[in-house]
Amino acid sequence: MNILSEAAVEKALDKKMNDVSYKMIGQDVSVYYGDKRALYDVNLNVRENTVTALIGPSGCGKSTFLRTLNRMNDTIDGCRVTGRIALDGDDIYDPSIDVVELRARVGMVFQKPNPFPKSIYENVAYGPRIHGLARTRAEMDAIVEKSLQRAGLWNEVKDRLQESGTGLSGGQQQRLCIARAVAVSPEVILMDEPCSALDPIATARVEELIHELRANFTIVIVTHSMQQAARVSQRTAMFHLGQLVEENDTDKIFTNPDDQRTQDYIMGRFG
Amino acid sequence: MSQVTTSPATAAFKASVRPERRDIGLRRRYASERRFRLYGLAAIAFGLLFLFLLLSSVVSKGYTAFLQTKITIPVEFSEQVIDKDGERATDPKVLMTANYPVVARNALAKVLGVDPGDRAAMREVGGMISDSVRVQLRDLVVADPSVIGRTVDVAILAHGNVDSAYKGQIDLGVDEKNRKVSDRQVGWMNQLAETGALAGHFNTGLFTNGASSRPEAAGLGVALVGSLYMMLIVLVLSLPIGVAASIYLEEFAPKNRFTDLIEVNINNLAAVPSIVYGLLGLAVFVNFAGFPRSAALVGGLVLTLMTLPTIIIATRAALKAVPPSIRAAALGLGASNMQTVFHHVLPLAMPGILTGTIIGLAHALGETAPLLLIGMVAFVADVPATPLDPATALPVQIYMWANEAERAFVERTSGAIIVLLIFLILMNVGAILLRRRFERRW
Ligand SMILES: Nc1ncnc2c1ncn2[C@@H]1O[C@H](COP(=O)(O)OP(=O)(O)O)[C@@H](O)[C@H]1O
Ligand SMILES: [Mg+2]
Repeated sequence: MNILSEAAVEKALDKKMNDVSYKMIGQDVSVYYGDKRALYDVNLNVRENTVTALIGPSGCGKSTFLRTLNRMNDTIDGCRVTGRIALDGDDIYDPSIDVVELRARVGMVFQKPNPFPKSIYENVAYGPRIHGLARTRAEMDAIVEKSLQRAGLWNEVKDRLQESGTGLSGGQQQRLCIARAVAVSPEVILMDEPCSALDPIATARVEELIHELRANFTIVIVTHSMQQAARVSQRTAMFHLGQLVEENDTDKIFTNPDDQRTQDYIMGRFG
Repeated sequence: MSQVTTSPATAAFKASVRPERRDIGLRRRYASERRFRLYGLAAIAFGLLFLFLLLSSVVSKGYTAFLQTKITIPVEFSEQVIDKDGERATDPKVLMTANYPVVARNALAKVLGVDPGDRAAMREVGGMISDSVRVQLRDLVVADPSVIGRTVDVAILAHGNVDSAYKGQIDLGVDEKNRKVSDRQVGWMNQLAETGALAGHFNTGLFTNGASSRPEAAGLGVALVGSLYMMLIVLVLSLPIGVAASIYLEEFAPKNRFTDLIEVNINNLAAVPSIVYGLLGLAVFVNFAGFPRSAALVGGLVLTLMTLPTIIIATRAALKAVPPSIRAAALGLGASNMQTVFHHVLPLAMPGILTGTIIGLAHALGETAPLLLIGMVAFVADVPATPLDPATALPVQIYMWANEAERAFVERTSGAIIVLLIFLILMNVGAILLRRRFERRW
């Protein structure tokens, strides 16, 4: 490759960068757990109002990368992140960034439904309350109702808002967790295998929900199910052994991937 | 049903060839499970047996302590005896020092029809009445001097020996010389009991009186108040300090060599014999800080030191037991560390913390050795008004009574043990109720 064509490539890349708007940008992201390196110089950007799926065999670093996006890695002893991650152009690991504010902007839904052992109402109201998003009881009621509606749970729980959130079924609990994340009006929602503990019907509900949420939120979802990635996402990133193998339109990844490893993984040859 | 057995499917099932059954050791497994259950049952039965023995021995010996024999007789407050020179208006001391035992003795002799000139008989009559009558009648007269010259019905405490005899604790079959009550006294006792003058009453004095060398007048009042003060001090100091220390260590402190060292030391402190805490308290609080000896304050501080490691260990265990997913959920929503702890982790850990605290308090309530060292083993007759006044504690009172020789102290020792056990049971019930309350508040 000569110098001229390299410049041309750069230009093309630039153009691409300008065409789409990136909500989050990850540059040379590496993560270490103590001495063990879990991610190797990952360059991955997240597009706005898009569902980006992270796939790859287990242990390849999908969750690790996801956690760097809202600095949940900070809570793990001995975890170290290098590289640059930006939200709307601001480096989120910059000392001037408040992690509490960051997490109010980048919400998270976990693998196992983890509602607080409080009432359904309290579960949803907790985030808005600590961030002071509602001034009156009526405003709070409105936020709770809207969030539960967005999570497709309102009709099922509207008559028992004061009952315990832990008394719901697994699928309802996970949608409650989504409602809880949505209630703080984040810009990005991270989901780490949100359906892995759910039955197929509950999974379908959550996938439907992800579709609807896409209009208002940028979503990054880790999944071990190829079908799920294909169904819910527009962009897919394939990880392998701590490296980003490739990232592209979901259709392209599933029909004509550039990398042999992606091909093998999708065909079920490993993972 | 018969249709089912003849259905073709069943027939086919029967016809199929059975593979040879493997020996997978089922019989052995079930046998060992049965054996294990038997061991468990035996262990529990053994425990229950000892519990029953303990309780039945304590209760059978001690329940009589809650009854006190009293002699209710008309007492003539003769001016002749109390204030024969008529000086009480000018010299109030006269009323304080008057010979009240004689007043009581005369009253009893009159009821029994004993000739006041028979000095030997009169001495035996006096021996039926508790020496505490001096204080009892004095207080009565000082409170209302107008009774002088009148005759009033008074319930006088019977002497400890009469009390024991009336409760059947003295063997009347032995030779008169070798027992504490004479035949004549027993006769009078029966005579008084027949008319209803001598009877058992509920022993309120057991809960209100202080120390006394007369068993019939000795009570747990000082010990109860002393123990109450100490429990309050322990609760007020060790709960907040212990919980705050645990939260800091568990949720905020970095995990490094230094915090490991602290953890090891706290665990060691929990195993330090309590008498060492007594020595520490003596050196630091009494000798160095100059707090008064025998005071409930010092006792409370010593017991606080002793209870802290227990509470810290229980609290840390309770905090550790809160699922990490709850912390992750709160942090993921943008709660600060402190909000996560106080809004979510602490409420979930509360039942465990309270249980640990109450177990620590119960230990402290029953602790004797360190209190002996800081001088709480004193003879304290007056109920302490503040934690700075001399006091004793329930277990110390039990220890002191157990060392007394008189028969009437035996039942009081057991009675005090019953009181202590009731307090412990109440505390544990409180712990269970609190836990229930907090658990329901999901
Ligand atoms: N808390 C942790 N401490 C140490 N190593 C970890 C931790 N979390 C993950 N890892 C390691 O990092 C690698 C990537 O893990 P993870 O991101 O959870 O993989 P994935 O989500 O793709 O299955 C794995 O090798 C895993 O063992
Ligand atoms: Mg994972």
